[in-house]
Amino acid sequence: MSDVDLHREPDLAPGDEKDVSVKFRVLGYLTGLALAILLTATSFFVAGTDLVWQPSIPVAIIVLAIAQMGVHLVFFLHITTGSDNTNNVMALAFGLLIVFLVIGGSLWIMANLSHNMMPMDQLMQMQR
Amino acid sequence: MTAITMTSAHRNPHLAVLDEAEHEGPAPKRIVTGYGFWIFLLSDMVMFSCFFAAYAVLLGQTAGGPGGAELFNLRNVALETGCLLASSFACGMASIAAEVRSHLWFQIAMAVTCVLGLAFLSIEFHEFADLVARGAGPSRSAFLSAFFTLVGCHGLHVSGGTLWLLTMMAQVFAKGFRADIQRRFLCFALFWHALDIIWVAVFSVVYLLGSAA
Repeated sequence: MSDVDLHREPDLAPGDEKDVSVKFRVLGYLTGLALAILLTATSFFVAGTDLVWQPSIPVAIIVLAIAQMGVHLVFFLHITTGSDNTNNVMALAFGLLIVFLVIGGSLWIMANLSHNMMPMDQLMQMQR
Repeated sequence: MTAITMTSAHRNPHLAVLDEAEHEGPAPKRIVTGYGFWIFLLSDMVMFSCFFAAYAVLLGQTAGGPGGAELFNLRNVALETGCLLASSFACGMASIAAEVRSHLWFQIAMAVTCVLGLAFLSIEFHEFADLVARGAGPSRSAFLSAFFTLVGCHGLHVSGGTLWLLTMMAQVFAKGFRADIQRRFLCFALFWHALDIIWVAVFSVVYLLGSAA
Protein backbone atom coordinates (compact mmCIF):
# COMPACT_ATOMS: atom_id res chain seq x y z
CA MET A 1 0.00 0.00 0.00
CA SER A 2 1.18 3.48 -0.66
CA ASP A 3 1.87 5.37 2.54
CA VAL A 4 1.58 8.83 1.00
CA ASP A 5 -1.85 9.51 2.42
CA LEU A 6 -1.18 7.93 5.77
CA HIS A 7 0.74 11.05 6.72
CA ARG A 8 -1.96 13.44 5.61
CA GLU A 9 -1.75 16.60 7.68
CA PRO A 10 -4.60 17.05 10.13
CA ASP A 11 -6.71 20.17 9.61
CA LEU A 12 -6.03 23.34 11.55
CA ALA A 13 -8.58 25.48 13.33
CA PRO A 14 -8.73 29.05 11.98
CA GLY A 15 -6.33 31.13 14.07
CA ASP A 16 -4.13 28.16 14.94
CA GLU A 17 -0.59 27.80 13.70
CA LYS A 18 1.45 24.71 12.96
CA ASP A 19 3.81 23.64 15.73
CA VAL A 20 6.63 26.15 15.68
CA SER A 21 8.69 27.61 18.49
CA VAL A 22 7.51 30.61 20.50
CA LYS A 23 10.31 32.71 19.02
CA PHE A 24 9.03 32.15 15.47
CA ARG A 25 5.45 32.84 16.48
CA VAL A 26 6.40 36.18 18.01
CA LEU A 27 8.45 36.88 14.90
CA GLY A 28 5.39 36.12 12.75
CA TYR A 29 3.23 38.59 14.68
CA LEU A 30 6.02 41.19 14.56
CA THR A 31 6.28 40.78 10.77
CA GLY A 32 2.53 41.24 10.47
CA LEU A 33 2.62 44.31 12.70
CA ALA A 34 5.48 45.87 10.73
CA LEU A 35 3.77 45.25 7.38
CA ALA A 36 0.45 46.58 8.70
CA ILE A 37 2.09 49.75 10.05
CA LEU A 38 3.90 50.25 6.75
CA LEU A 39 0.68 49.86 4.72
CA THR A 40 -1.35 52.07 7.10
CA ALA A 41 1.29 54.80 7.06
CA THR A 42 1.43 54.64 3.27
CA SER A 43 -2.32 55.01 2.88
CA PHE A 44 -2.47 57.93 5.35
CA PHE A 45 0.42 59.55 3.49
CA VAL A 46 -1.16 58.98 0.07
CA ALA A 47 -4.49 60.44 1.25
CA GLY A 48 -2.95 63.78 2.16
CA THR A 49 -0.21 64.27 -0.40
CA ASP A 50 0.09 66.36 -3.56
CA LEU A 51 3.02 64.28 -4.82
CA VAL A 52 0.96 61.75 -6.77
CA TRP A 53 -1.53 62.14 -9.59
CA GLN A 54 -4.76 63.03 -7.76
CA PRO A 55 -7.26 60.73 -9.56
CA SER A 56 -5.10 57.73 -8.63
CA ILE A 57 -5.44 58.35 -4.89
CA PRO A 58 -8.79 56.52 -4.26
CA VAL A 59 -7.57 53.49 -6.20
CA ALA A 60 -4.29 53.50 -4.27
CA ILE A 61 -6.14 53.67 -0.93
CA ILE A 62 -8.41 50.75 -1.88
CA VAL A 63 -5.45 48.64 -3.07
CA LEU A 64 -3.49 49.38 0.12
CA ALA A 65 -6.54 48.48 2.24
CA ILE A 66 -6.98 45.14 0.48
CA ALA A 67 -3.26 44.42 0.89
CA GLN A 68 -3.47 45.20 4.59
CA MET A 69 -6.51 42.94 5.05
CA GLY A 70 -4.44 40.17 3.42
CA VAL A 71 -1.59 40.84 5.85
CA HIS A 72 -3.99 40.61 8.80
CA LEU A 73 -5.50 37.38 7.49
CA VAL A 74 -2.13 35.69 7.02
CA PHE A 75 -0.12 36.93 10.00
CA PHE A 76 -2.82 37.42 12.66
CA LEU A 77 -5.60 35.00 11.73
CA HIS A 78 -3.20 32.44 10.18
CA ILE A 79 -5.44 31.74 7.19
CA THR A 80 -2.89 30.25 4.81
CA THR A 81 -2.92 28.34 1.52
CA GLY A 82 -1.69 25.12 3.16
CA SER A 83 -3.63 21.89 2.69
CA ASP A 84 -4.51 21.94 6.40
CA ASN A 85 -6.38 25.19 5.85
CA THR A 86 -8.55 24.36 2.82
CA ASN A 87 -11.85 24.48 4.74
CA ASN A 88 -11.07 27.88 6.24
CA VAL A 89 -10.04 29.31 2.87
CA MET A 90 -13.16 27.95 1.13
CA ALA A 91 -15.38 29.58 3.77
CA LEU A 92 -13.48 32.84 3.35
CA ALA A 93 -13.87 32.66 -0.44
CA PHE A 94 -17.63 32.22 -0.11
CA GLY A 95 -17.80 35.13 2.35
CA LEU A 96 -15.86 37.33 -0.06
CA LEU A 97 -18.20 36.37 -2.90
CA ILE A 98 -21.21 37.54 -0.88
CA VAL A 99 -19.42 40.72 0.23
CA PHE A 100 -18.59 41.65 -3.37
CA LEU A 101 -22.12 40.82 -4.55
CA VAL A 102 -23.68 42.98 -1.84
CA ILE A 103 -21.37 45.99 -2.25
CA GLY A 104 -20.91 45.82 -6.02
CA GLY A 105 -24.58 45.02 -6.66
CA SER A 106 -25.85 47.84 -4.43
CA LEU A 107 -23.54 50.42 -5.99
CA TRP A 108 -24.38 49.29 -9.51
CA ILE A 109 -28.15 49.24 -9.03
CA MET A 110 -28.31 52.50 -7.08
CA ALA A 111 -26.04 54.34 -9.54
CA ASN A 112 -28.20 53.11 -12.39
CA LEU A 113 -31.38 54.20 -10.58
CA SER A 114 -30.10 57.66 -9.77
CA HIS A 115 -28.85 58.03 -13.34
CA ASN A 116 -32.31 57.25 -14.69
CA MET A 117 -34.19 59.31 -12.13
CA MET A 118 -35.37 62.80 -12.85
CA PRO A 119 -33.61 65.52 -10.81
CA MET A 120 -35.50 66.16 -7.59
CA ASP A 121 -36.53 69.76 -8.36
CA GLN A 122 -38.13 68.74 -11.67
CA LEU A 123 -40.01 65.98 -9.87
CA MET A 124 -41.33 68.55 -7.38
CA GLN A 125 -42.42 70.79 -10.25
CA MET A 126 -44.43 67.98 -11.82
CA GLN A 127 -46.21 67.19 -8.58
CA ARG A 128 -47.51 70.68 -8.21
CA MET B 1 -10.45 -12.47 3.20
CA THR B 2 -7.96 -9.88 4.40
CA ALA B 3 -5.67 -10.84 1.57
CA ILE B 4 -8.42 -10.03 -0.93
CA THR B 5 -9.11 -6.61 0.59
CA MET B 6 -5.42 -5.88 0.67
CA THR B 7 -5.01 -6.67 -3.01
CA SER B 8 -8.08 -4.73 -4.05
CA ALA B 9 -6.87 -1.76 -2.05
CA HIS B 10 -3.52 -2.14 -3.65
CA ARG B 11 -5.06 -2.14 -7.11
CA ASN B 12 -7.14 0.93 -6.45
CA PRO B 13 -5.29 3.43 -4.27
CA HIS B 14 -8.21 5.91 -4.38
CA LEU B 15 -10.42 3.39 -2.66
CA ALA B 16 -7.81 3.04 0.08
CA VAL B 17 -7.78 6.80 0.58
CA LEU B 18 -11.56 6.89 0.83
CA ASP B 19 -11.45 4.09 3.36
CA GLU B 20 -8.84 5.96 5.36
CA ALA B 21 -10.88 9.16 5.35
CA GLU B 22 -13.97 7.34 6.52
CA HIS B 23 -12.26 5.94 9.57
CA GLU B 24 -10.65 9.19 10.67
CA GLY B 25 -13.59 10.01 12.89
CA PRO B 26 -14.88 13.48 13.71
CA ALA B 27 -12.43 16.38 13.82
CA PRO B 28 -11.15 17.51 17.21
CA LYS B 29 -13.48 19.86 19.08
CA ARG B 30 -11.02 22.75 18.78
CA ILE B 31 -11.23 22.61 14.97
CA VAL B 32 -15.02 22.30 14.92
CA THR B 33 -15.44 25.22 17.34
CA GLY B 34 -12.92 27.43 15.56
CA TYR B 35 -14.44 26.66 12.17
CA GLY B 36 -17.96 27.40 13.37
CA PHE B 37 -16.81 30.69 14.82
CA TRP B 38 -14.99 31.49 11.58
CA ILE B 39 -18.31 31.03 9.73
CA PHE B 40 -19.95 33.42 12.20
CA LEU B 41 -17.20 35.99 11.65
CA LEU B 42 -17.66 35.76 7.89
CA SER B 43 -21.40 36.32 8.29
CA ASP B 44 -20.56 39.32 10.48
CA MET B 45 -18.40 40.65 7.66
CA VAL B 46 -21.31 40.15 5.26
CA MET B 47 -23.44 42.24 7.63
CA PHE B 48 -20.78 44.96 7.67
CA SER B 49 -20.67 44.85 3.88
CA CYS B 50 -24.37 45.82 3.88
CA PHE B 51 -23.57 48.84 6.04
CA PHE B 52 -20.64 49.70 3.74
CA ALA B 53 -22.94 49.44 0.72
CA ALA B 54 -25.51 51.72 2.41
CA TYR B 55 -22.77 54.21 3.30
CA ALA B 56 -21.37 54.23 -0.24
CA VAL B 57 -24.83 54.76 -1.74
CA LEU B 58 -25.70 57.59 0.69
CA LEU B 59 -22.28 59.26 0.52
CA GLY B 60 -23.53 62.24 -1.49
CA GLN B 61 -26.86 62.70 0.35
CA THR B 62 -25.72 65.38 2.78
CA ALA B 63 -29.00 67.37 2.59
CA GLY B 64 -27.05 70.62 2.50
CA GLY B 65 -25.21 69.61 5.67
CA PRO B 66 -21.50 69.04 6.18
CA GLY B 67 -19.68 66.32 4.22
CA GLY B 68 -16.84 64.05 5.22
CA ALA B 69 -14.00 66.37 4.23
CA GLU B 70 -15.04 69.08 6.71
CA LEU B 71 -15.98 66.70 9.54
CA PHE B 72 -13.20 64.14 9.81
CA ASN B 73 -10.04 64.71 11.82
CA LEU B 74 -7.43 62.38 10.33
CA ARG B 75 -5.07 62.76 13.28
CA ASN B 76 -7.67 61.16 15.56
CA VAL B 77 -8.26 58.41 13.02
CA ALA B 78 -4.53 57.67 12.84
CA LEU B 79 -4.45 57.42 16.65
CA GLU B 80 -7.45 55.08 16.66
CA THR B 81 -5.83 52.93 13.98
CA GLY B 82 -2.60 52.73 15.97
CA CYS B 83 -4.47 51.71 19.13
CA LEU B 84 -6.42 48.96 17.39
CA LEU B 85 -3.39 47.63 15.51
CA ALA B 86 -1.26 47.50 18.66
CA SER B 87 -4.10 45.85 20.57
CA SER B 88 -4.42 43.22 17.83
CA PHE B 89 -0.69 42.53 18.22
CA ALA B 90 -1.03 42.29 22.01
CA CYS B 91 -3.90 39.85 21.50
CA GLY B 92 -1.56 37.74 19.35
CA MET B 93 0.95 37.74 22.19
CA ALA B 94 -1.84 36.59 24.52
CA SER B 95 -2.57 33.66 22.14
CA ILE B 96 1.07 32.58 22.36
CA ALA B 97 1.01 32.93 26.14
CA ALA B 98 -2.17 30.84 26.29
CA GLU B 99 -0.57 28.10 24.22
CA VAL B 100 2.52 27.89 26.41
CA ARG B 101 0.23 28.25 29.46
CA SER B 102 1.99 31.20 30.99
CA HIS B 103 -0.50 32.88 33.36
CA LEU B 104 1.60 35.98 33.94
CA TRP B 105 2.24 36.80 30.28
CA PHE B 106 -1.35 35.97 29.36
CA GLN B 107 -2.74 38.45 31.89
CA ILE B 108 -0.20 41.14 30.92
CA ALA B 109 -0.90 40.79 27.19
CA MET B 110 -4.68 40.78 27.76
CA ALA B 111 -4.44 43.85 30.00
CA VAL B 112 -2.51 45.69 27.27
CA THR B 113 -5.09 44.56 24.69
CA CYS B 114 -7.88 45.85 26.93
CA VAL B 115 -6.25 49.24 27.62
CA LEU B 116 -5.61 49.83 23.92
CA GLY B 117 -9.17 48.77 23.07
CA LEU B 118 -10.54 51.20 25.66
CA ALA B 119 -8.29 53.98 24.32
CA PHE B 120 -9.75 53.34 20.86
CA LEU B 121 -13.29 53.49 22.26
CA SER B 122 -12.68 56.72 24.16
CA ILE B 123 -11.24 58.48 21.09
CA GLU B 124 -14.20 57.29 19.03
CA PHE B 125 -16.69 58.38 21.71
CA HIS B 126 -15.15 61.85 21.87
CA GLU B 127 -15.30 62.09 18.07
CA PHE B 128 -19.00 61.17 18.07
CA ALA B 129 -19.78 63.56 20.93
CA ASP B 130 -17.93 66.33 19.10
CA LEU B 131 -19.86 65.68 15.87
CA VAL B 132 -23.21 65.75 17.69
CA ALA B 133 -22.22 68.95 19.52
CA ARG B 134 -21.43 70.58 16.17
CA GLY B 135 -24.93 69.76 14.93
CA ALA B 136 -23.73 66.89 12.74
CA GLY B 137 -25.52 64.08 14.57
CA PRO B 138 -27.03 61.01 12.92
CA SER B 139 -30.32 62.80 12.25
CA ARG B 140 -28.70 65.64 10.25
CA SER B 141 -28.52 63.87 6.88
CA ALA B 142 -28.71 60.45 5.27
CA PHE B 143 -24.93 60.55 4.88
CA LEU B 144 -24.45 61.08 8.62
CA SER B 145 -27.01 58.38 9.48
CA ALA B 146 -25.07 55.90 7.39
CA PHE B 147 -21.78 57.09 8.88
CA PHE B 148 -22.94 56.70 12.49
CA THR B 149 -24.50 53.31 11.76
CA LEU B 150 -21.37 51.89 10.13
CA VAL B 151 -18.73 53.30 12.48
CA GLY B 152 -20.98 52.93 15.53
CA CYS B 153 -21.63 49.28 14.70
CA HIS B 154 -17.89 48.66 14.63
CA GLY B 155 -17.57 50.54 17.93
CA LEU B 156 -20.31 48.36 19.45
CA HIS B 157 -18.40 45.27 18.34
CA VAL B 158 -15.26 46.60 20.03
CA SER B 159 -17.24 47.35 23.22
CA GLY B 160 -18.67 43.84 23.22
CA GLY B 161 -15.20 42.46 22.51
CA THR B 162 -13.80 44.34 25.52
CA LEU B 163 -16.41 42.76 27.79
CA TRP B 164 -15.55 39.35 26.35
CA LEU B 165 -11.85 40.11 26.91
CA LEU B 166 -12.41 40.86 30.60
CA THR B 167 -14.47 37.67 30.91
CA MET B 168 -11.64 35.65 29.39
CA MET B 169 -9.13 37.18 31.81
CA ALA B 170 -11.36 36.26 34.74
CA GLN B 171 -12.03 32.75 33.43
CA VAL B 172 -8.36 31.99 32.85
CA PHE B 173 -7.60 33.39 36.31
CA ALA B 174 -10.29 31.29 37.98
CA LYS B 175 -10.24 28.09 35.93
CA GLY B 176 -6.80 28.00 34.33
CA PHE B 177 -5.97 26.93 30.78
CA ARG B 178 -8.58 24.15 30.50
CA ALA B 179 -9.38 22.85 27.03
CA ASP B 180 -12.79 24.57 26.95
CA ILE B 181 -11.32 27.88 28.13
CA GLN B 182 -8.64 27.58 25.44
CA ARG B 183 -11.38 27.11 22.81
CA ARG B 184 -13.21 30.21 24.05
CA PHE B 185 -10.00 32.16 23.90
CA LEU B 186 -9.34 30.95 20.34
CA CYS B 187 -12.73 32.37 19.35
CA PHE B 188 -12.05 35.63 21.18
CA ALA B 189 -8.68 36.07 19.42
CA LEU B 190 -10.34 35.43 16.04
CA PHE B 191 -13.04 37.99 16.87
CA TRP B 192 -10.53 40.65 17.93
CA HIS B 193 -8.35 40.22 14.83
CA ALA B 194 -11.43 40.25 12.58
CA LEU B 195 -12.50 43.59 14.12
CA ASP B 196 -9.15 45.01 13.12
CA ILE B 197 -9.72 43.86 9.53
CA ILE B 198 -13.08 45.64 9.50
CA TRP B 199 -11.45 48.76 10.92
CA VAL B 200 -8.97 48.73 7.99
CA ALA B 201 -11.94 48.93 5.65
CA VAL B 202 -13.55 51.66 7.80
CA PHE B 203 -10.56 53.98 7.97
CA SER B 204 -9.76 53.50 4.28
CA VAL B 205 -13.25 53.82 2.83
CA VAL B 206 -14.91 56.19 5.30
CA TYR B 207 -12.15 58.46 6.56
CA LEU B 208 -9.36 58.48 3.96
CA LEU B 209 -11.60 58.36 0.87
CA GLY B 210 -14.03 60.72 2.62
CA SER B 211 -11.36 63.36 3.23
CA ALA B 212 -9.64 62.89 -0.12
CA ALA B 213 -12.85 63.32 -2.11
